[in-house]
Amino acid sequence: MDLRVPEQEKAFRDEVRTFLEESLTPEIREAGRMVTSVFAPVKEAMAWQRILNDKGWAAPQWPKEFGGTGWSVTQRAIFAEELVRAETPPLVPMGLHMCGPCLIGCGTEEQQKEYLPKILSGEHFWCQGYSEPGSGSDLASLKTFAEKDGDDYILNGTKIWTTYAHYANKMFALVRTNRDDKPQQGITFLLLDMDLPGITIEPIVGLDEVPEQCQVFFDNVRVPQKNRVGEENDGWTVAKYLLTFERGGQEYAPGLNVMLEKIRLMAEKQQTAFGPLTKDPVWQHKFAALEADVLALEFTEMRIKSALSAGKDPGALSSMSKILGTELLQNVTELRIETLGSQSVIWQPQALVPGQEQPVIGPEYALTAMPHYLNSRACSIYGGSNEVQRGIIAKAVLGL
Amino acid sequence: MNFQLSEEQQMLADSAKRFVRDNSDVEKHRQNKKLMPLDAATWQQFADLGWLAVPFEEAHGGLGMGPLETMVLLEALGEGLIMAPYIATVVLGGGFLRQASAAQRAETIPALLEGKLQVAFAAEEYERVFTLENTAMAADLKGSEVVLNGTKSCVMNGDQADLLVVLARTVGQPGDQDGLSLFLVDANAPGVERVAHRTVDGRQGAEIRFNQVKVSEAARIGELNGGYAIARDVLHEGLLALSAESVGSLSVLLNETVEYSKTRQQFGMPIGKFQVLQFRMADMFIAMEQTRSLLLAATLKTVEGHADAAKAVHAMKAQLGRAGRKIAQEAIQIHGGMGMTDELGVGHYVKRVTGVDGLFGNADVHLMAMARSA
Ligand SMILES: Cc1cc2nc3c(=O)[nH]c(=O)nc-3n(C[C@H](O)[C@H](O)[C@H](O)COP(=O)(O)OP(=O)(O)OC[C@H]3O[C@@H](n4cnc5c(N)ncnc54)[C@H](O)[C@@H]3O)c2cc1C
Ligand SMILES: Cc1cc2nc3c(=O)[nH]c(=O)nc-3n(C[C@H](O)[C@H](O)[C@H](O)COP(=O)(O)OP(=O)(O)OC[C@H]3O[C@@H](n4cnc5c(N)ncnc54)[C@H](O)[C@@H]3O)c2cc1C
Repeated sequence: MDLRVPEQEKAFRDEVRTFLEESLTPEIREAGRMVTSVFAPVKEAMAWQRILNDKGWAAPQWPKEFGGTGWSVTQRAIFAEELVRAETPPLVPMGLHMCGPCLIGCGTEEQQKEYLPKILSGEHFWCQGYSEPGSGSDLASLKTFAEKDGDDYILNGTKIWTTYAHYANKMFALVRTNRDDKPQQGITFLLLDMDLPGITIEPIVGLDEVPEQCQVFFDNVRVPQKNRVGEENDGWTVAKYLLTFERGGQEYAPGLNVMLEKIRLMAEKQQTAFGPLTKDPVWQHKFAALEADVLALEFTEMRIKSALSAGKDPGALSSMSKILGTELLQNVTELRIETLGSQSVIWQPQALVPGQEQPVIGPEYALTAMPHYLNSRACSIYGGSNEVQRGIIAKAVLGL
Repeated sequence: MNFQLSEEQQMLADSAKRFVRDNSDVEKHRQNKKLMPLDAATWQQFADLGWLAVPFEEAHGGLGMGPLETMVLLEALGEGLIMAPYIATVVLGGGFLRQASAAQRAETIPALLEGKLQVAFAAEEYERVFTLENTAMAADLKGSEVVLNGTKSCVMNGDQADLLVVLARTVGQPGDQDGLSLFLVDANAPGVERVAHRTVDGRQGAEIRFNQVKVSEAARIGELNGGYAIARDVLHEGLLALSAESVGSLSVLLNETVEYSKTRQQFGMPIGKFQVLQFRMADMFIAMEQTRSLLLAATLKTVEGHADAAKAVHAMKAQLGRAGRKIAQEAIQIHGGMGMTDELGVGHYVKRVTGVDGLFGNADVHLMAMARSA
């Protein structure tokens, strides 16, 4: 065991840094700074994806034959860290991190040929149609029904919380094709176009006053059966396969380290009656506790990655990293609003839209603090709530 | 010892509860996505109901009541998320005006009681962790006049105020209690520039810049360099009111969460049947009751003038921050995706409670003040 960094990895880091410096436009950088959730402003995030794709770097985690980079696990980690350090806007994950890997693992060759290049290029913008009004944590109870009719399915029902459905032109969805069996056994995984007749999309306004999620309604929507991934009634297997990508392999520590460093710089600017806030023992204590947690998480994530690269299934470890990553993110955003006091109470969502000329009221570094704090509350709800994740650990790891 | 409301207090509580039943502002919170003018009709209603007169002496045309009655009123208003700037104008503004000279009082209090005067306390400053003694903005003496230069930040109701109470430093360094002075400044005086903004909690405030603003001696409240004690006492009444209002809001967050957990079904049962959620709601309830206890402790100690009243006020504001954070976060989590929406009331209460912690020193600031006041 050691932590030495081989020379060629240092050279790789330099290569990535040079590329980022040369290719990030001011607009994309601004969008990166304006991020207040796991999602970045869409237009700039897609522009950034196109630049990365031209370089062949849009999906390093994909196998090389499908458009991945063929990098080692360490190289991928370095790349991810450098993206975070340069404050690039995160790429929209539904295609690159969810649907793509899922098609690579479970799709037909025809589906792979049709969809994967367009996921990379951004031509297809995907959304995830899983949750329904009555089926959140209990996803397997979903009711949207797909009735067989000739070569098609006819869909009726509704999906909710569908992130970016109002931008998407494609959806991957879980639908019910059999009402008689155990709930998990009657579900099918479908790919569909968002402009099909019978689909309506209603955006849902969030706490930050921005519509990020949507409710999507299906009224006799016709989807060809060839758009099915996996077997009919076997969509749960496909969804579980996808889930390992949605939850696992995500790294929180690099981003948290960058956020902590920014908070320290902000705290240096805040004067108490006894000097800068960074000299205040209460603040120091809170900050150090978070630093310790993030360092621990960094190594927990490395352990998961090394298990992955040795070909082991990280299993319930991905539940652990989801709990830790999301809750530490929440704690870090909380320390940020606490560091800023009333400056984070000023509310100016209009100033978060990139390219706005309107001057920011108060210190510019305070602008995203409150929306980020509020939005990060969602991280312990989506992707399987943290209660559900703890349940998985209790059952699968502790045998309870 | 007696924790019963008097007959008069009960009447006030009843009238406030009736008002809130007919006038919840949750919908307004949802709709106001840009700067709005003052809701003059509601403010007039406050005047007609006699609420603006609560903390003023009868000799000034008031009802001769105090922090206990303010507590009763504000707790009810907090349940309805009522946005009217009562704390800024009546509790803080009124608190300062009661300390002003006879001439100033005669000029301002009748107008305030009629609902024709809005006030704001300009205290906080950018990049300065808020405590009164940490005030840096300078007021320079020029003969009998004072000249104000600098910027006050996040002045609640600062956008609507006709009259500003400005805390500034006439001598000494940030950290000194001595050397602070209080001035009444016309919000439209030459050299006063206001940048109005919304705040996360659906309210409004302003950044206020003072550029060579001349203030006469007659516009000072209290002694020159001796503003600290007045500011502290008035601020503490403001913090009591803010806490009372928040206790009302927190009780709604608790109740709505419990009710939601009884109706929302997952896995074939109400989510309130899951023990992990039951325990967390039990903890929310405990945190709520502890906050209510500190509110009573701080308010009664203040009214009766106990030596440790200030310490209790700091304890209460700290508890409000910590319990508020916990209750708000759990309320969202237990509501799942619904808790993240603009549509449900929960999020609006969460935003208010979160905003309140950031105003006039958060939980950490007040715990530190408590430690230092021991
Ligand atoms: C910002 C955001 C983005 C999202 N994006 C998408 C998307 O793109 N596509 C998509 O399909 N969905 C999306 N979702 C939906 C998300 O997956 C659901 O919100 C999540 O599954 C929780 O479901 P729910 O909201 O119905 O809450 P519920 O399932 O009703 O849960 C409410 C509360 O009860 C708890 N609970 C439930 N069951 C149990 C149990 N057995 N034991 C203990 N506690 C329990 C939960 O943990 C939660 O605290 C998104 C949600 C959010 C907030
Ligand atoms: C110092 C001491 C003094 C005592 N004195 C007396 C005495 O004078 N007379 C007397 O009769 N007894 C006495 N007791 C016994 C005491 O009442 C029991 O220890 C207590 O009732 C718990 O029972 P248990 O130890 O069997 O733990 P268990 O009941 O087995 O509980 C073990 C754990 O499971 C948890 N648990 C149990 N049920 C649930 C549930 N439904 N939901 C969630 N969690 C649950 C418990 O909270 C605990 O953490 C004493 C115990 C101690 C430690």
